[in-house]
Amino acid sequence: MAEKDIRLMKGNEVIAHAAVRCGCDGYFGYPITPQSEVMETLMELRPWESTGMVVLQAESEISSINMVYGGAATGKKVMTSSSSPGVSLMSEGISYIAACELPCLIVNCQRGGPGLGTIQPSQGDYFQACKGGGHGDYHLIVLAPSSVQEMHDFVILAFDLAFKYRTPAMLLADGAIGQMMEKVVLAPQQPRRTDEQIAEECKDWAACGKGGRKDRNICTSLFLQSEELKVLNDRLQAKYKQIEAAEACWEEIECDDAEYVLVAFGSSARICSATVEAARAEGIKLGLLRPITLWPFPAKPLAEFAERGVKGFLSVELNAGQMVEDVRLAVNGKAQVEHFGTTGGMMVSPDDVLAELKSKFVK
Amino acid sequence: MKEILIIAGFGGQGVLSMGKILAYSGVMQDFEVTWMPSYGPEMRGGTANVTVIVSDKKISSPISDVYDSAIILNQQSMDKFESKVKPGGVLIYDTNGIINPPTRTDIEIYAIDAAAECARMGQAKMFNTMILGGYLKVKPIVKLENVMAGLKKSLPERAWPMLPQNEQAILHGAEIIRKVK
Repeated sequence: MAEKDIRLMKGNEVIAHAAVRCGCDGYFGYPITPQSEVMETLMELRPWESTGMVVLQAESEISSINMVYGGAATGKKVMTSSSSPGVSLMSEGISYIAACELPCLIVNCQRGGPGLGTIQPSQGDYFQACKGGGHGDYHLIVLAPSSVQEMHDFVILAFDLAFKYRTPAMLLADGAIGQMMEKVVLAPQQPRRTDEQIAEECKDWAACGKGGRKDRNICTSLFLQSEELKVLNDRLQAKYKQIEAAEACWEEIECDDAEYVLVAFGSSARICSATVEAARAEGIKLGLLRPITLWPFPAKPLAEFAERGVKGFLSVELNAGQMVEDVRLAVNGKAQVEHFGTTGGMMVSPDDVLAELKSKFVK
Repeated sequence: MKEILIIAGFGGQGVLSMGKILAYSGVMQDFEVTWMPSYGPEMRGGTANVTVIVSDKKISSPISDVYDSAIILNQQSMDKFESKVKPGGVLIYDTNGIINPPTRTDIEIYAIDAAAECARMGQAKMFNTMILGGYLKVKPIVKLENVMAGLKKSLPERAWPMLPQNEQAILHGAEIIRKVK
């Protein structure tokens, strides 16, 4: 049999490969289970010898995110990755980066919390990723991969969106997707942008030299005059509205004739797609809506399902009930919305979801 | 074709590697595969397990409540997973360290003395490929040539000189596995 370039890799390993291949300029991180393979793989790949990408283990997560902040301010394509407690430490820096309107990628391979919690998978950081984490009125573009291939593809997509809107993007994965191996096809190697290209593309905002222009660019989030800070906030909110209108993305599985709809992202969406198969085999008209962007949240299709007469929505999350609030807002009282999940780093099984669906909805 | 397999034992027995070899073998045969490990404490000698799914269709959930087959390499895993084999499914266990053999009557049970055989041959490192050979005798879901290609893919280049010994271990495992009931 002819050898094909299909690899079998862990989600975390694939993030490293995708970063190098999409021409990332710098990775700054601090190890934490269950995502340490991201930096380990980068260290094995030694991209500083091939593309010139910088890979640096900082002394802490706070340091990592501030290195990302600095790199992003110069127009470079930079990223970090961590897991839940580490992302909490980064939250201040993320707010600053959002305020400065700088593009970057933050990967959160979630583990069970709160606190130091466990190293097992969780989706307990939905609120942190989508509703803030850091302070102030800001949003991240949040992508939720549900396969190893998507871990790869969404690194590239997240950078594209981050630069398109000049805002930080987050890849919200979890320990299960990070540790799991599946087949993956890697993108061809793209060259890193040259300093000249960056100076040209980012001349309106990046701190990469005046280049003969009269004024320098300043990346700051400090506006002591309220009127000036309001100008920034108005600009951010206008941008967020634009993102909400244009970038919401989701997948529908068997939704066309569904009487009940599961809503799930990431690893729980994989589990729920097996529940849909099992339910359909029993004659229950069940569908699955999988948000691919968690922010902007795909409220529109959910509102349309409720309008069309879907009888019930079950939000399946590996947490105590977070995304369910956004599902309720979207459905707006037109149908019953319930949450099902578990905490502590436990997983639910397809059968557990089906049993819950039957007990809550299908009497 | 869809095979949901759990391999469970102690950290250090090659549980995760065995799963990886099988998953890569599936890749070489153009199947869809998922490899979902337990991760964390097993690296320090606790229990380790991995769920491998090999299918000719897209795989929905990478985790499962029940398994088509189970490869059990210690008593703790027997206690945990014997009940989770589907009726009509297959349970394979290494006799070493099993105090309470399986009692189910609605599944096929096979035993393999791979630990003892590897000790006799002085080749402890061949343990997991020998077990894999036994499993593939019972469940020939991938061809031997693809297993060898998968094995090569899943090993670092420095370990390639060991490939012929591993092939022998796979073949030997197929010979020594025996049906218990």
